[in-house]
Amino acid sequence: MDIMDMTALQLAAAIREGKTTAVDATEAVLARIEEQDKTYNCYVTVDSDGALAQARAVQKKIEAGELTGPLAGVPVAVKDNLCTEGLRTTCSSKILHNFVPTYTAEAVKNLQKAGAVILGKTNMDEFAMGSTTETSAYGVTRNPRNTEHVPGGSSGGSAAAVAAKECFYAIGSDTGGSIRQPASYCGVVGMKPTYGTVSRYGLIAYGSSLDQIGPLTKDVADCAAVLEALSSHDMKDSTSIAREDTDFTAALTDDVKGLRIGIPNDYLGEGLDGEVREAILRAADVLKEKGAVVEYFDLSLVEYAIPAYYTIAAAEASSNLERFDGVKYGYRTEEYAGLHNMYKKSRSEGFGEEVKRRIMLGSFVLSSGYYDAYYLKALKVKALIKKAFDEAFSKYDVILGPAAPTTAPKLGESLADPIQMYLGDIYTIAVNLAGLPGICLPCGLDSKGLPIGLQLIGDCFQEKKLIRAAYSYQQGGELA
Amino acid sequence: MANIISDETIEYVGILAKLELSDAEKEQAKADMGRMLDYIDKLGELDTDGVEPMSHVFSAENVFREDVVTNGDDRERLLSNAPQEKDGMFVVPPTF
Repeated sequence: MDIMDMTALQLAAAIREGKTTAVDATEAVLARIEEQDKTYNCYVTVDSDGALAQARAVQKKIEAGELTGPLAGVPVAVKDNLCTEGLRTTCSSKILHNFVPTYTAEAVKNLQKAGAVILGKTNMDEFAMGSTTETSAYGVTRNPRNTEHVPGGSSGGSAAAVAAKECFYAIGSDTGGSIRQPASYCGVVGMKPTYGTVSRYGLIAYGSSLDQIGPLTKDVADCAAVLEALSSHDMKDSTSIAREDTDFTAALTDDVKGLRIGIPNDYLGEGLDGEVREAILRAADVLKEKGAVVEYFDLSLVEYAIPAYYTIAAAEASSNLERFDGVKYGYRTEEYAGLHNMYKKSRSEGFGEEVKRRIMLGSFVLSSGYYDAYYLKALKVKALIKKAFDEAFSKYDVILGPAAPTTAPKLGESLADPIQMYLGDIYTIAVNLAGLPGICLPCGLDSKGLPIGLQLIGDCFQEKKLIRAAYSYQQGGELA
Repeated sequence: MANIISDETIEYVGILAKLELSDAEKEQAKADMGRMLDYIDKLGELDTDGVEPMSHVFSAENVFREDVVTNGDDRERLLSNAPQEKDGMFVVPPTF
């Protein structure tokens, strides 16, 4: 088997067995990047020399028996909003065009402990604000399944890098669907864990109460293994949760007998593409044949998730992005008159259009006189949405539906109408508001040959049920 | 459009957000924000009387640790990211 076709777990096993080495795998994947990435633009920064040095060090440790884990020696791509010591981290923004972090994000450190080789930093929507990776200051990323289409976003570079085999797995962040939706568009597996499972220390914040880091992988087994490596209780992130049940690979069993699956009628209605709908229902049938109990139900409040999300996320973004002021790091305007003018000009020239739009909306909904009507109202609606999920999970183990209403749109078709673009987040966004885990995996192709993604949502801390259901589906269902 | 954003409002938001917009950008921002607020007004359809606002999904509690320094002296490396530095300090324009 060509090593480029191996999953992360297969490659690590081949390295352990001495059939290949971390250095050979890194060289092979770097050659692939060199050959293809001019077309796809998955990466903002490729660290060839650094990756080879890491690979040599990791290979030594594997041979010395010091690194024995299931991912040791495997090259990974990291989203460019995760800090990496000594390696430029841009958030795909001009304002951080020259920022070199002095420390590494805890999630990335956890991968390094597991023997990962970091290849470079992947393209994304600027500050993770977008659904197409077209708001990047470093050019669009093209969908490897069809280069006229977007890869999704905001973790579009990470999803595309996995699909294009420009890495063996990747990590991304998900604030409103930013891992699951690009996974859907690119035909790979992506998971957003329960809020608090993966430390956010070193993740450049967008919406802090919603952001979670998670894996993008070739299959469900890799997804479980990577999530297991990423998860940890971190004192440096006060929202990090001490969990005992992070042995996610233990859930890789082909068994859904008696699993109660609910399909929200509200996820199958207006706006959903017919071919996506058919593929989702076929996937549900596969699980039903394997012994799951599948029912339809009304989740309710679905149409309120997007306005609540954009209010909360914009509010948090306006506060989080105050730190970019042209003083401590990043871009500073060339000419200015005094301190405030320097702040304003640096920010106005450094941020892109979508980022400015959200900062202004966020500043407005938090301003005195509007705080109660908008921000507080959105937090109350969030409480109602959480309650609706609590009721659903009193009846079901897993909620099944699409990850996105359509397959990947064409490049250049989404940004002109922001609200229309936001509506594409309808099936992913409530998961972040409620802090739930969600996984997206391929479940077929549409007539244009573009991948369709199946989303499974679980109650808080129930990742294992999702992994079991997703793994079972992969043993019998259509892939992409 | 129900929400008409005035020139004064967009000026005020510019001050809060520390953004300087050209006249064309201001017009665009007024239209965008008006549309977005119209859309957010949908939340008004829901009766939320007596509902506690939920900022965090899990009951947020203060997390304490001993105040012990664990990192080393990173001054040089931190300053190397600054647009302008002098004698171990960030340089800013005159503030008076």
